[in-house]
Amino acid sequence: MYETNYHRASSVADAAATFAKGAESKFLAGGQTLLPVMKQRLAAPSDVIDLSKVQEMIGIEVSGDTVTIKAATPHYDVAQSDAVKKAIPALAKLASEIGDPAVRYRGTIGGSLANNDPAADYPAAVLALGAVVKTNKRSIAAEDFFKGLFSTALEDGEIITAVSFPVPAKAGYAKFPNPASRFALTGVFVAKTKSGDVRVAATGASQSGVMRVAPIEQALKANWAASALDSVTIPASGLLADIHGSADYRANLVKVMGQRAVTAAG
Amino acid sequence: MGVEGIGARVVRKEDRRFITGQGRYVDDVKMVGMSYAHFIRSPHAHAKVKGIDSTEAMKMPGVIAVLTGQQIVDDKVGNLICGWAITSKDGSPMKMGAWPAMAPETVRFVGQAVAVVIAETKNQAKDAAEAVVVDYEELPAAADIKAAIKPGAPQLHPEAPGNIVYDWHLGDEAAVKDAFSKAANVVTLDLTNNRLVPNAMEPRAAVAHYDQAEEHYTLYTTSQNPHVARLVLSAFYNIAPEHKLRVIAPDVGGGFGSKIYIYPEEMVALWASKKVNRPVKWTGDRSEAFLTDAHGRDHVSKAEMAFDKDNKILGLRVKTHANFGAYMSLFSSAVPTYLYATLLSGQYVIPAIYAEVIGVYTNTTPVDAYRGAGRPEASYLIERMMETAARQLKVDPAELRKKNFITTFPYQTPVIMAYDIGDFHASIDAAMKAIDYAGFPARKAKAKADGKLRGIGLSCYIEACGIAPSKAVGSLGAGVGLWESAEIRVNPVGTIEVLTGSHSHGQGHETTFCQIIAERLGVPISQVSIVHGDTDKVQFGMGTYGSRSLAVGGTAIVKAMEKVEAKAKKIAAHALEASESDIVIENGEFKVTGTDKSIALPMVALAAYTAHNLPDGMEPGLKETAFYDPTNFTFPAGAYICELEVDPGTGKTSFVNFVAADDFGRLINPMIVEGQVHGGLAQGIGQALLEGAVYDDTGQLVTASFMDYTMPRADDLPSFQLSHTTTLCPGNPLGVKGCGEAGAIGASAAVINAITDAIGNNKLEMPATPDRVWHAIHG
Ligand SMILES: Cc1cc2nc3c(=O)[nH]c(=O)nc-3n(C[C@H](O)[C@H](O)[C@H](O)COP(=O)(O)OP(=O)(O)OC[C@H]3O[C@@H](n4cnc5c(N)ncnc54)[C@H](O)[C@@H]3O)c2cc1C
Repeated sequence: MYETNYHRASSVADAAATFAKGAESKFLAGGQTLLPVMKQRLAAPSDVIDLSKVQEMIGIEVSGDTVTIKAATPHYDVAQSDAVKKAIPALAKLASEIGDPAVRYRGTIGGSLANNDPAADYPAAVLALGAVVKTNKRSIAAEDFFKGLFSTALEDGEIITAVSFPVPAKAGYAKFPNPASRFALTGVFVAKTKSGDVRVAATGASQSGVMRVAPIEQALKANWAASALDSVTIPASGLLADIHGSADYRANLVKVMGQRAVTAAG
Repeated sequence: MGVEGIGARVVRKEDRRFITGQGRYVDDVKMVGMSYAHFIRSPHAHAKVKGIDSTEAMKMPGVIAVLTGQQIVDDKVGNLICGWAITSKDGSPMKMGAWPAMAPETVRFVGQAVAVVIAETKNQAKDAAEAVVVDYEELPAAADIKAAIKPGAPQLHPEAPGNIVYDWHLGDEAAVKDAFSKAANVVTLDLTNNRLVPNAMEPRAAVAHYDQAEEHYTLYTTSQNPHVARLVLSAFYNIAPEHKLRVIAPDVGGGFGSKIYIYPEEMVALWASKKVNRPVKWTGDRSEAFLTDAHGRDHVSKAEMAFDKDNKILGLRVKTHANFGAYMSLFSSAVPTYLYATLLSGQYVIPAIYAEVIGVYTNTTPVDAYRGAGRPEASYLIERMMETAARQLKVDPAELRKKNFITTFPYQTPVIMAYDIGDFHASIDAAMKAIDYAGFPARKAKAKADGKLRGIGLSCYIEACGIAPSKAVGSLGAGVGLWESAEIRVNPVGTIEVLTGSHSHGQGHETTFCQIIAERLGVPISQVSIVHGDTDKVQFGMGTYGSRSLAVGGTAIVKAMEKVEAKAKKIAAHALEASESDIVIENGEFKVTGTDKSIALPMVALAAYTAHNLPDGMEPGLKETAFYDPTNFTFPAGAYICELEVDPGTGKTSFVNFVAADDFGRLINPMIVEGQVHGGLAQGIGQALLEGAVYDDTGQLVTASFMDYTMPRADDLPSFQLSHTTTLCPGNPLGVKGCGEAGAIGASAAVINAITDAIGNNKLEMPATPDRVWHAIHG
């Protein structure tokens, strides 16, 4: 690791101000992505601003039809939250399947979204549920937030403060883990909104990051049932291919995990 | 069996320190004035090193030196050696290129060191390494066997035209041809034995110290065989003469073969400690381990088996290409030859066998022995072949095996090995019973109704442990003898120290070896300590690999014990005024049979050291040494059966059951044996389902971290059902065979046979990832 200056932020405003002072600042949340990269000398921030103790960024709130998860809330808390389990059980399940216990105790939803790893789990939920990403400057609709592999709508120094999820009528998540990393080789989140719309997002599959899956959405709109996807074909073009899964295998997984997500959603 | 004697499930003595974090590993060693080494490694698989400019690096804070490959050459440090000379079938010696510890001219794999920075801190060494400018001229690379042997392939070493190290053979080609001409059926199979990264939990490390006053070197290193390291470092690498070099391998966190070898980094640390006149520490990180620890396996084979009309095997023909990587590592040459082709008879009567093995250089990390070393490759080939044959011949795979089992011992195979004893029917029967083989069809039908593809797969392995005797291996090209030594010191107060040349890096020697002493002398194991891993303490030793520690090292302990007992009995007889032949040892007492006269061991020991009243002419002291050279290998064998389900939607495999019935001869500590089998099975299953080192066409290691290299996790594995059937090894007084590698040798074929059975397609390579299995199902 290169030498760096560590700051523990006391508030969102303090974090933003400290960030602006550094030559090449980076926010640190759970450190589950940033620290390994720094240890390998692949990142060299001059200043690291720790968000993990900022109280206004931690916690879960449910009001009416909205679940708000503040950005520095660790995955473990989301997985364990009775409120989340009740309102959007699929979201609690998704959080419970991220990494291993050590990762879940430290890793945060804000860090996961800011990083936008194409194989991360949360982006599928955010996109499928039509969540809103709140920052210290604005609110960003899920549709506008994800900009391809490891890239987002966030501006330099912009801090995710919370994510608001509309409570769906039904939702389910099915993840097929990469055998080595246990990130999503492909994960599919299906949601039926209270207004009857169907939104489906797949992570781990596409070369351009998390994506909506139109053929599955159409089929489920017509018939919300796993069997409705039997005749759906997912094109392999544009999908990721690596030693763990070829593009046609991932195309198959989008469909099969889609079916299992529907079954899980009930 | 006493509570701590042979056969007792004694809790491991060493675990208290390991579990409480008090193990002492090389990286825990700190010395006054210690400096840190960081290696500069090639990012290219094949390149000329045109220049190394360390001017800027030398100006950086804390930098003590930047040393290069040319300086190693100038100091006449020897090239790395390969310790087993193989002769090609045309009579020519194997063709080897030079392997300098740091490359002065040409790099041949990604990660090969070209220079080293020595600095006051690790971070300073890393900073400075980034400032060293290495000018590479990239060359085309051959990243796998196929690319290396095709015409016009990039050449690695001028000494080895066509990148061929040797073209070796074993067996009777004419007899095999004859067998095939008479065959009623011929079964053929192409298979790949995947490349593996050992990934011991503790990365390699070295702390080297040069004492100018004494002109003496000390090297702490992560070694499975410190005496061999000392021998090689002095006799071949000219770094220090043997009497001026102490090698210490303290607690070592796993080896699996990868810590047998004396690597460039350890050599350089030792050499550099004199050059900079400072203790030098190097601790590899996980990335370095992936790139530079010797990898395992990597065979491509074609096998053909001939059967008569009664399904008896007539002959076997095998052609194997073995990937050695860019350089010939210490034991690499022996692995696909004498540790592989010699086991191709498996558990079966095969009247004629012919094996051809072509060793190939590629621009990849060197490949050498890895848990099982050659025997997993042989066993995988034979056992997949038997399953394939059963399907083709439409007979039950268990029946086909039983029909061809060797049943009389000793049995001379056509490929050198003479199996001393075994009972293969007993193993397979035990395994079939444990898994309810007869009930499988009903279980398969039920699974089918649930949408799952269920399969069952067998693997009946035999392997050879305790590689020996020295005279025989010498005649086959080995550069060393393969005996072991032990010294038993009974101290004046009756406590006992056992000095052994075996090295424990997870095997539990500190407990098992004590149990042997407890059994013979009736003393509690708390009064016995095992001393190993230090060339200044232990007389000599060949180390631990090839499941040799108990069969060879343990026997050396027994031989030394016999001498101690003989002398102690003389002393006891003298003290008790009895005849020596009337003395028996019971619960730590030397007794005169049929009387109540006895003398306790501490009193005998004290008498030996006070020497006030010893028999006339007897030397004082109670300490004996033995060197033991076995007469043959030992032959652990067993039957593994795996039952699993495949999810046709995803290709994912889930275990239903895995049973192992092993014959390891006598078990000293069944709990430790079970631990060894569990670990071996995990590695065998890992090879079958999860692990595979993958290079891209340019020779970059794609699986260079745990993000892409799938190490088995606990939840990837079933709960194993183990059992034992026993035939005592006639070749050693303990009757033991060795258990360290069996799991890794036998498991892979059982898993793949089960998957191919489940999906009804035999074309499946390891690792059988969900992606591969899904494609095998759906095309
Ligand atoms: C072994 C392991 C397994 C894992 N498995 C999975 C898995 O299965 N599924 C999965 O989805 N993820 C997985 N992860 C990643 C994990 O979920 C992390 O939580 C996530 O990558 C980043 O979150 P973090 O809080 O650790 O962020 P950090 O590592 O601290 O930061 C990541 C990036 O986000 C930025 N950042 C952090 N917080 C904010 C914020 N509030 N506003 C703006 N920018 C911010 C940082 O500056 C940095 O660039 C795994 C990680 C590890 C180490």
